[in-house]
Amino acid sequence: MSVLVGKKTRVLTQGITGSTGQLHTRLCREYGTQMVAGVTPGRGGTDFEGIPIFDTVSAAVRATGADASVIYVPPGGAADAVMEAADAGIPLVVCITEGVPVVDMVRVKRFLEGRPTRLIGPNCPGVITPGECKIGIMPGYIHKPGRIGVVSRSGTLTYEAVFQLTNLGIGQSTCIGIGGDPIIGTGFVDALRLFQDDPGTDGVIMIGEIGGSAEEEAAAFIEASVTKPVVGFIAGQTAPKGKRMGHAGAIIAGGKGTAAEKIAAFRAAGVAVAPHPAELGITMQRALREKGLLK
Amino acid sequence: MNIHEHQAKELLGRYGIPVPRGKACSSVGEAVAAAEELGFPCVVKAQIHAGGRGKAGGVKVVRDAAAARAAATEILGKTLVTHQTGPQGRVVRRLLVEQGVDIGRELYLGMVVDRGSGRVTVMASTEGGVEIEEVAAKTPEKILREAIDPLVGLGGWQARRLAFGLGLTKEQMGSAVAFMTGLARCFVDADCSLAEINPLVVQKDGKLLALDAKIGLDDNALFRHPDLRELRDPTEEDPREVEAAKFDLSYIALEGNIGCMVNGAGLAMATMDSVKAAGGEPANFLDVGGGADTKKVAAAFRILLSDAAVRAIFINIFGGILRCDVLAEGVVEAAREVGLKVPLVVRMEGTNVERGKQILAESKLDIITATDMADGAKKAVAAAGRS
Repeated sequence: MSVLVGKKTRVLTQGITGSTGQLHTRLCREYGTQMVAGVTPGRGGTDFEGIPIFDTVSAAVRATGADASVIYVPPGGAADAVMEAADAGIPLVVCITEGVPVVDMVRVKRFLEGRPTRLIGPNCPGVITPGECKIGIMPGYIHKPGRIGVVSRSGTLTYEAVFQLTNLGIGQSTCIGIGGDPIIGTGFVDALRLFQDDPGTDGVIMIGEIGGSAEEEAAAFIEASVTKPVVGFIAGQTAPKGKRMGHAGAIIAGGKGTAAEKIAAFRAAGVAVAPHPAELGITMQRALREKGLLK
Repeated sequence: MNIHEHQAKELLGRYGIPVPRGKACSSVGEAVAAAEELGFPCVVKAQIHAGGRGKAGGVKVVRDAAAARAAATEILGKTLVTHQTGPQGRVVRRLLVEQGVDIGRELYLGMVVDRGSGRVTVMASTEGGVEIEEVAAKTPEKILREAIDPLVGLGGWQARRLAFGLGLTKEQMGSAVAFMTGLARCFVDADCSLAEINPLVVQKDGKLLALDAKIGLDDNALFRHPDLRELRDPTEEDPREVEAAKFDLSYIALEGNIGCMVNGAGLAMATMDSVKAAGGEPANFLDVGGGADTKKVAAAFRILLSDAAVRAIFINIFGGILRCDVLAEGVVEAAREVGLKVPLVVRMEGTNVERGKQILAESKLDIITATDMADGAKKAVAAAGRS
């Protein structure tokens, strides 16, 4: 079991003719993902290594039955691409694009209200259910099928956590990169709810960072509704105030959104906070043993 | 990206928002001429990207040309230290000379993107002229808020609700609504991340005026605003950050002595945290990004090597899209070109890691290898202590 994506997920790539779109469509297919279609306006009727290309998302969905989309469209067109996918009724849209203007995301968020589409990202590595379906840019080989969910605002820090788990022999059910932007589609609370309800997930690693209050909201949700063990980490304990730390959303603004506040919220909610990013794996191992979920 | 007050006011003026008459000047002569043209009394204001200028002596009301000359001479070239500049302060390189204003009341009007609701949100308060964070902490009930539906824009009813809440009269309602909806349009059109009018002044004759203005622009949207991109003032930024921006690197200068080079923002922050946990201080935040090539890695490495404060360099890479061999080639190239004068600790994992390690080994560079992030941080701190 897993969440969001699995063996049956049929994926289309928006922006399939760009270099990033091509590279990752190829890598995802090699991993075993069903890559069924591509969309690039004006390139309909051609194909990419046997994958049919369409001019519009709706045409691609009609012809191939795609039920997930991954977006590699450049920042200026990314919001439009998300809305096109939602308009075509695709249930899961993963937007990898980094650098989407925040005003565009405000509009996207409003457009998605009341529609059945779930957006992951933007500015994220994507979603993977190890051994079944990889949608995005994460290196596939570090993952291992198993029973731990991972959710994170950071890409490479997710890889770090996954790799530690895999090296300890602990597999992952699904890993979700929710993205480092201030406005994102799926947040921590949504992801935690999915993992809590998934019988194939035993515990969750949650990686946050400075900026905003998503971690505090997640902590409140964990306290109220999550019974599975949660291991947490917050990046940016040494970040200066008022500086944007790479991610558009990673900024301590007006003295709010510090790592200390978030760690305190995690602790209060019973989250096992990893003291060091190199200890995410063993902290989870310990938590699983305490619950009798691992020998 | 932040812009200067005079630039913000020029932008606001395009949306019909009333601002004082004024002129940006970069010399004492220009400032005196501008003051004489505006008439007295007028105000000489330091233009730096930081608040708290008044308290630091960067704003002077002058009543004649001699006073204008004295004020401009004093402020231009002065290093202003405010609560937002840090202890090193900022050198004033330009002035804004503005007409004097008869202040009746001072209000606050601001707009930000609220992350929780995903909406642009207007904040207004009767407590103008003080930091809004202070108001939020002490008297949060004095901040009025309206979230803007992006499909509609700021509704007239919302602007009226705010205006009545601020105690404005029905005679002022029309101009208040125009003021607020103008600001909301400016925010979206120009892709702002922050727009703050503090104070928004009610003059003695009842008219509204943006006496001060602060605007931050969304860096991610600058690609579609070539005119606004021109407003960047590199003298307000750290020269290393300006250099990094040329190569599309995300770099932030810090106070420590361990140079860090990492891929991914989260991992880069975690690396800084690791250095601190090992008893050291990071010299910088540096994310080379996912899609870096050899040239970009070399540029990043050169920036680290150019920092005289750096006593050791810690490279922490989890190769995904950025392959370890590409990173290794970039490091070797830059080290050959610039010369490696400080100890280099490398922790590498992920795609093509074996090839990357081989390239580093064959380079004969003096490299300390680390098994994981904690080990690398410890070794970098120890090496910095020795060098």
